[in-house]
Amino acid sequence: MNHALESLGRRGVNFVAKTGGIFFMMVKFIASLKDIPFSLRLIVEQIYLVGVRSLPLIITISIFIGAVSVWQAAYQFKFIGAPLRLLGQAVGKAVVIELAPVLSALVFAGRVGAGITAELGTMRVTEQIDALESMGISPIRYLVLPRVVASTLMLPFLVIFANFVAILGGVIVSVAGVAVSSETFLNGFRDSFNLSDFNNGLIKAAVFGFLIGIVGCYEGFNAGGGAQGVGKATTSAVVVASVLILVSNFVFALMLFRI
Amino acid sequence: MSDQLIQIEHLRKSFGGNEVLKGIDLTISRGDAIAIIGQSGCGKSVLLKHLIRLLKPDEGTVTFDGQDIATADSRWLREMRYRVGVLFQSAALFDSMSVAENVGLGLKESREYSPKQIAEKVAEKLDLVGLGSATNKYPSELSGGMRKRVGLARAIATDPEVLLYDEPTTGLDPITSDMINDLIVDLRDKLNVTSIAVTHDMVSAYKIADRIVMLYDGVVQFDGTPKDAQTTDDPIVQQFINGRAIGPIQVR
Repeated sequence: MNHALESLGRRGVNFVAKTGGIFFMMVKFIASLKDIPFSLRLIVEQIYLVGVRSLPLIITISIFIGAVSVWQAAYQFKFIGAPLRLLGQAVGKAVVIELAPVLSALVFAGRVGAGITAELGTMRVTEQIDALESMGISPIRYLVLPRVVASTLMLPFLVIFANFVAILGGVIVSVAGVAVSSETFLNGFRDSFNLSDFNNGLIKAAVFGFLIGIVGCYEGFNAGGGAQGVGKATTSAVVVASVLILVSNFVFALMLFRI
Repeated sequence: MSDQLIQIEHLRKSFGGNEVLKGIDLTISRGDAIAIIGQSGCGKSVLLKHLIRLLKPDEGTVTFDGQDIATADSRWLREMRYRVGVLFQSAALFDSMSVAENVGLGLKESREYSPKQIAEKVAEKLDLVGLGSATNKYPSELSGGMRKRVGLARAIATDPEVLLYDEPTTGLDPITSDMINDLIVDLRDKLNVTSIAVTHDMVSAYKIADRIVMLYDGVVQFDGTPKDAQTTDDPIVQQFINGRAIGPIQVR
């Protein structure tokens, strides 16, 4: 019993420490924004690594997101007897509001968040971060600022692609698998399309990108204990970022999409 | 200008309930060549990291050139760090950068030098450590000894007044170790720097230092010349410098 309480207490302390640490990382990042002019080269480099290099992955998952959405919607429509001409409206809304931003963010957390933590964690345990600091270079400006700026800017950019490609995947399945013509599907999509939904999806994506970058940097900076420590930190980065994405997504739903 | 450069008073530091430094008092003067010796895990590297505020004291103070470094602002801290070069235990080279980029990074980020000046300085420092031909190599292509030498070139790139060495010869063969020791002595004589080396390699300590400080159980156990160290009747110092398993020091 005591043992269980002790372990619970330790977990509680760790949770508070981590929450505080992530918050502190955000504060330090915001304070470093004034140094953006001196870090442009590093930011551009990260934009390429984080954003452009993620494009093939995002495109691949988006085709299947659109495809499965149409298929499953058609399956449900059949049971409730809804007309298939509404397929484009239902799927279009779901993709733009939820599926493209959230699923892209989760995949982005796996690719980019984990990558940031593994890189910075290795730099931490091999004293490279200490070395930067000892040379009078702020690791926040040199490492955190470019990565967080890049992930915040690039996830919305990727979500724009994800939206297009998912709708394309949807069209393909609706024509080939459900026998709804592309005109019908796209007309439905156009009818339901709403620019503010689209924008809200991008705002969400920017916040998700920011969270992924911050959590990735925090976990990397706090990695310890060699290869095992870096592995643990990387796992933790993906888990924490994924939970934060889904929780904040619900908060967004309450705030931005009023019933 | 006072002769005292660094003053450490009652420095205490714990990690997760394990107290590593239990009240260190040490004064370092300009031009000193100090070897800090002690068992692995006795807090030598921890002490070194306090000198440039990579770690902050739990208790006590570290004063650099009259300024308490725990309360210094970031500008002062940055300028102080330009005055101090550090050679890390594993060299800590940035693996995404070439040798030349590693050595030139501090100069580049200070934004006080033109690319041409940086290239000249990098070439000069690499020549000094005998690696003038390795500029375009990457750290993964270098041997352990070469990495240490690149780390040394990087540490002296900004012409520091103080050099900190964390286990400069650990993991190197005797010949490479001796070469690194020669470099350290050379730098001390040529650049007239204050040097503080953490080591448990006594051959190296005798060669590079004119003052030996031994840490034991979180405090300074001994502070004197290499000659004093050899003749002291302190059994702890004797056991350590002669490398005997039997004695008052328990191997952890």
